Amino acid sequence: MNKSHGYGRRMFTGAALLAGLAFAGAALAQGPSVEAARKEGKVVWYTSLAVSSAEHVAKLFEAAYPGIKVEVHRTGSQRVLQRVMQELAANIKNVDVIHTSDAGHFVLLKSKNMLMKYAPKGIEAFPAGFKDPDGYHYGLRATITVIAYNTKAVSAAEAPKSWKDLLAPKWKGKLVTAHPGYSGIIATHVLALSHLHGWDYFKQLAQNGVMIVQSAVDPAGIVASGERLVAVNGGEYTFYQTKKKGNPLEIVYPKEGVPLIVSPSAIMAAAPHPNAAKLFTDFTFGREIQQELADSEGLYTGHPAVTYPSDKPKLNELKLLPADPAELEKRSAEIKKRFVDYFGA
Amino acid sequence: MTAQATALPSRFSSRLEGIDRSLPVWLLATLALVFLMALPLGWLVLVSVTGEKGFTGAHYLEAFTDVQLRKAFWNTVVMALWVGLGSLALGAPLAWLTARTDVPGRGLIRGLVLASFVTPPFLGAFAWVMLAGPNAGAINNLWRATTGAEGALVNIFSMPGLIFVVAIYTFPYVYVMLSNTLELIASDLEEAGSILGASRFNVARTITVPLVAPAIFSGFILSVLQALALFGSPAILALPAGFHTITTQIWGMFHYPPRIEAAAAVSIPLLLATALLLLVQKRLLGRRGYAAVGGKGGQRRRIPLGVWRYPAFAGCLAIMACAVFLPYGILAKAAFSRAWAQPLSWDNFTLSNWSFTFLEYGSTQEAIVNTLELGVMSACVGATLAALLAYVARRKLILGHQLVSFLALAPIVIPGVVLAVALFIAYTRPPLLLYGTLWILFLAYVTKEMPIGYSQADATFRTIPAELEEAGRILGAGRLRVFAEVTAPLARSGIIASWCFIFIGVIRELSASIILFTPNTKVMSVVMFDLKEEGQFGAIAVLGIFMLAMTFGVVILVQRVLGRDFMGVRE
Repeated sequence: MNKSHGYGRRMFTGAALLAGLAFAGAALAQGPSVEAARKEGKVVWYTSLAVSSAEHVAKLFEAAYPGIKVEVHRTGSQRVLQRVMQELAANIKNVDVIHTSDAGHFVLLKSKNMLMKYAPKGIEAFPAGFKDPDGYHYGLRATITVIAYNTKAVSAAEAPKSWKDLLAPKWKGKLVTAHPGYSGIIATHVLALSHLHGWDYFKQLAQNGVMIVQSAVDPAGIVASGERLVAVNGGEYTFYQTKKKGNPLEIVYPKEGVPLIVSPSAIMAAAPHPNAAKLFTDFTFGREIQQELADSEGLYTGHPAVTYPSDKPKLNELKLLPADPAELEKRSAEIKKRFVDYFGA
Repeated sequence: MTAQATALPSRFSSRLEGIDRSLPVWLLATLALVFLMALPLGWLVLVSVTGEKGFTGAHYLEAFTDVQLRKAFWNTVVMALWVGLGSLALGAPLAWLTARTDVPGRGLIRGLVLASFVTPPFLGAFAWVMLAGPNAGAINNLWRATTGAEGALVNIFSMPGLIFVVAIYTFPYVYVMLSNTLELIASDLEEAGSILGASRFNVARTITVPLVAPAIFSGFILSVLQALALFGSPAILALPAGFHTITTQIWGMFHYPPRIEAAAAVSIPLLLATALLLLVQKRLLGRRGYAAVGGKGGQRRRIPLGVWRYPAFAGCLAIMACAVFLPYGILAKAAFSRAWAQPLSWDNFTLSNWSFTFLEYGSTQEAIVNTLELGVMSACVGATLAALLAYVARRKLILGHQLVSFLALAPIVIPGVVLAVALFIAYTRPPLLLYGTLWILFLAYVTKEMPIGYSQADATFRTIPAELEEAGRILGAGRLRVFAEVTAPLARSGIIASWCFIFIGVIRELSASIILFTPNTKVMSVVMFDLKEEGQFGAIAVLGIFMLAMTFGVVILVQRVLGRDFMGVRE
């Protein structure tokens, strides 16, 4: 009997939320009110930020605003989008804040009128690359994609220095790549490198028997464990974290340039907890969290006041390869298809 | 449970004799099945032939001409057939040894087979990544350390690796089918053969093998179908190696932008092929009668193995080492290690995987509650329904009973991902808006586990001769009363077994859940798959151990509570 009550309550809550939405619209224009947010009780965050980092941010928010829970649902960028679109089709309103590393997603969501226009406090000071000119989404964090190798098995002299070095036959069976069909970081990476070296680069890379994992987080673990010796891509921040934990891993910043991935965040137009969502957005774009992302997670951010660990290159010291979100959106299917055709899965 | 629910006080039955009041029960059960099967299957077919402008065959054309899909089809066929053969090679000797010979440690071996059976295949695959990854895998490290070789001994990221890992968790299907049959066949038939002068070999050839052939073949087919529908193991082992099976292809089709029509079109040929396989099985074996198992007790004599006792025992343990000891060991190591590939020293020891999984990672606790709720509910409803349906089909109680059997077994050929999408389409529109609730997962699980529940129930009723029921009927009892007082008590242990099968199946279900979950209705397997895609080995190991402990807890509890029924020797 308990069970049926349980399910009933879930469904009832869903219905109540739907009904509540009709009234929520009127309140959307104003800034966040802590009181209203507390009444909503929680904020639901669909995020592609690495799971430990995401839970860390959630804990900090909950400590700053007791009584407002952050429900973290972490998966890969492409899965986040899939989930959001499936829920849209089923008319389920669950997510408040969406955050992925595929800027193309936000082009798509904006075109479908699924995003709420909201500018986080202090966003004016961020550089242009972090801001949607229409004001719907803003870059919460940035990372670059790099090469990494296992220092126990590969010496600094032997290690690849450039993206093209990875094509050498000596790396056959020793490489690992993450997947653009899962990771927004990697989708962006593939697009940027295809501009740099052409699709032939990936065709040749695939000849080296590359192990395929999903998340841009995963290559770090694979290389640290020694299962593969060199990661041909992956989020620099996860390599940095893995290295900081004492794993035998070193990062290479290829000289041809590194793809820059700015990961946007936005509030859904149909957010069931709009006030908590705004409060959370302001919080995550604030100095404290942006600095935390840089310090403990090894990420780059758009916040001008943030300082970075000294054992990492500054963004302005690197040759950056930016990707155009609109192109990323338009060519998303093509990028994935080419990758699968070359690598087999 | 079923029996008590449908039993009627005897005074009513004597007053209303002549009218078969049991009919509504059978019809209702059948209608529930039709509802469960027909709705998703109907959607599957409809969607597969529907384009933007109405009817189209374009999706089928795509399925048969796409090079990637053709490769995936071929990979799937190769994998499934080898898994079937591998399961036979592992399961049949084990079943014969434990059921019929004096091999030592029979109870232990049975327990270990059970352990292999309840181990989620994707968890096994995950553990084998740590054991036999070509470079970091423990076995390969040991190989290099002891032989000084450069290369790897085994590479789990390969087709043979995939077949091996799937087979060591699929052979229990063969084992269960075969050992149940062997246990039930009275050895007096075999003794009669011996007394009449047949050699031991001839007894085996002319008496034992024909009696168990249906069980062997059923086990083989179940293993093949299981392998066909499997998603987790290929996703963990085949994708990193750069090849797809059909399930991973279909799953990929649901990524944004979804190609649900193509997925449906790919599934239909698969469905037809397996239906054909089941039909062949029926044709081949259907005509033979099973009078071997009577209501009377039969004594069984164990075959002495002589000097082969201990080698045979060692062989059994070697198989179980691959399926249980090694994977469990490496999971335990990963759960307590900072870095799973490094030696387990004090430097490497940590409890942080546990605190992260249960305290910091937000999805864990709700997923555990959801999983348990769904497991218990699906098992109760599923086992009851399966028992009623198997009874309907076996006793030919209603018109079209062949269809009941077909429908109940049909889901085994529908990959979980496909079933999930069919359910997704069916239950995201009125009148039943179930997406986003646990109910849609419940429906998926009951549907998906129906074949195993049904097979178990059917095998049980098969061994209960109709003569016993007919005796009851002749003495004036109605069909329901006979079912309640004669059939059900005899079938009780079989039905409890099917409850366990369904529960275990639900606990570890991944392929349908991965489509049907919403963030509020996550189950443990989905959480683990999420973690897997991010390479969180420690947390997966923790959850895997927890999932195993939970499963074993329930299995032991059920066995303990109803112990004499489950394991009891028939008097």
